[in-house]
Amino acid sequence: MASEQRDERQRWLDRPENVTKIVRALWIACGALVVAEFFYHKHPYFGFDGSFAFYAIFGFAAYCVIVFSAKGLRRVIKRDEDYYNE
Amino acid sequence: MSEVLLNPALLMMLAGLVALVIPKRALGVWAVVVPVATLALLISLPEGAAGQFTVFGMELVTRRIDGLSFVWAVIFHIAAILAGIYAWHVQDRVQQVAALVYAGAAIGAVLAGDLLTLFLYWELTALSSVLLVWASRNPTATKVGFRYLIIQVISGLLLMCGALVMHQQTGSIAFDHIGLEGVAGWLIFIAFGIKCAFPFLHNWLQDAYPHATPTGTVVLSAFTTKLAVYSLARGYAGEDLLITIGAIMTAFPIFFAVIENDLRRVLSYSLNNQLGFMVVGVGIGTELAINGAAAHAFAHILYKALLFMSMGAVLYRVGTVKASELGGLYKSMPWTTVFCIIGAMSISAFPLFSGFVTKSMILTAVAYEGEWIVWTVLLFASAGVLDHSGIKVPFFTFFFHDAGHRVKEAPWNMLLAMGITAFLCIAIGVYPDPLYAILPFPVDYHSYTAAHVITQLQLLLFAALAFAVLMRKGWYPEEIKSTNLDFDWVYRRLLPRMTTAVLNGVWAADKAVRGVALRTLDGVVAKASHTLGPNGVFSSNLSTGAMVVWVSVLLGFYVVFSYFWTA
Repeated sequence: MASEQRDERQRWLDRPENVTKIVRALWIACGALVVAEFFYHKHPYFGFDGSFAFYAIFGFAAYCVIVFSAKGLRRVIKRDEDYYNE
Repeated sequence: MSEVLLNPALLMMLAGLVALVIPKRALGVWAVVVPVATLALLISLPEGAAGQFTVFGMELVTRRIDGLSFVWAVIFHIAAILAGIYAWHVQDRVQQVAALVYAGAAIGAVLAGDLLTLFLYWELTALSSVLLVWASRNPTATKVGFRYLIIQVISGLLLMCGALVMHQQTGSIAFDHIGLEGVAGWLIFIAFGIKCAFPFLHNWLQDAYPHATPTGTVVLSAFTTKLAVYSLARGYAGEDLLITIGAIMTAFPIFFAVIENDLRRVLSYSLNNQLGFMVVGVGIGTELAINGAAAHAFAHILYKALLFMSMGAVLYRVGTVKASELGGLYKSMPWTTVFCIIGAMSISAFPLFSGFVTKSMILTAVAYEGEWIVWTVLLFASAGVLDHSGIKVPFFTFFFHDAGHRVKEAPWNMLLAMGITAFLCIAIGVYPDPLYAILPFPVDYHSYTAAHVITQLQLLLFAALAFAVLMRKGWYPEEIKSTNLDFDWVYRRLLPRMTTAVLNGVWAADKAVRGVALRTLDGVVAKASHTLGPNGVFSSNLSTGAMVVWVSVLLGFYVVFSYFWTA
């Protein structure tokens, strides 16, 4: 198996600079989606969801809230893998 | 009687029993051919109630095909076919028989027109599905299976009690709108709630599904919980309480999913979260909302099965689905990677994937009712879905750090099953009309508007961007071996400990009481032996003179007393 791994060709994703390219592409796509705010007709349900880039801000913020709360939750509920001894 | 037998569910279950005796090589093909045949039968059957007969004065309706039951019966058949292909190579008779009986029972329950028939199938789904957990054949799976079975059977018993109370009060056991009124209504509601994994009743799901066999979890993921959603839609559509319960269900599992290491358990939390969307839809209860719940159940069964299939393939090849031990598998299992990503994009509701055209129906229905808090919670949960199912599952399995596993791609039949399921996920996303056509109510809904596509992409890509940023900053919680406590801690640790403590307390109190009693008794015995023993007062030799004196005193007293008394 070890020799197999040595012989393996390097994949495109194995190069860190290519991962950076993907992240940059994501930034560009997000930028484009914010620009798109000016070019479509909104029909918000409530009002607040019609504010500028609401979904973009909400998506980013919600994700961060989820991840950081989960990290906090882990402090409370994390136990050893064989906690239940089964 | 032939009408009773002309039931896809019964035939599928009979075929399951036939699988007990056919050659092992034929099991795989049998598991695919049977559901295909019964699906053809289902489509050919007329709408309406059939297969009635009377038992103990109760009228049973064993086959009711209408707008609501048809869509569920169809997707249950499709799930059975796909699971059959996926498990084609499995020559374990227990699993193949259980899968057919389980799928048949779930379909039978959906077609049931009365609560007694529903109850029988309800319990049968529990009894047959637990075999898929036990088929893992290890001590943990055995324990987990028992826990699962106990909870499922309790759900069935509550359903039976509710049905009996209802029969007592109304004389009917028809399975129509029940509503949260009276004891019967609540008993049946809790029975459904257990199977639907309501908050605090949910842990059987995250407990059992990760311990079933690689193919077993795919089967499990399709039926039990969606049967519960169907039952709620039939019996409790429009109950406001469901909106709150559903909203909580969408939100709380996502936090657990982020920090869970076992990826099949991550998917189980994710399943719980998806059920929440359907429960909210049922709670809203408008035509659009019920359509949304049904459509979402349909799409969800497919993409959730696809995700469980991809993790099953990884488990089958690598031997683990712990995120901490995986990574870089795209090099060995490229097709599985692609299919997993399609499942991930479908559940995340990217445009052109199935979740996009179904989940939005529910959100729109919620918004039409002006429920802005619930709507915001669902949107928040949608970002959470992107995290645990959309990114975490594929990313930590197939990408991230190469864990060095060099394995074979999944077997052909697993790839075929994943390929067809992936195709269906995209087909529904691109062209939802055939799905919309079989929904319970006429559909007047268009998901592909510029606003919907752009806002959804904003939500998802900005959430993905947050992931990229957190990952690069090193703030994303790492995947580590752990057990995370959930509510099941109450019955796996707290209650046993409390029972032990109470028993110990009772034992100690009993010991103390008996100690006091014994000491008292000892005291009495000592006193008695002191008084009555050889040296005691009563044993001493008193002189006869003293005796005579005392007798004289007594007699004197008697004489005086009787003189005054008579006088």
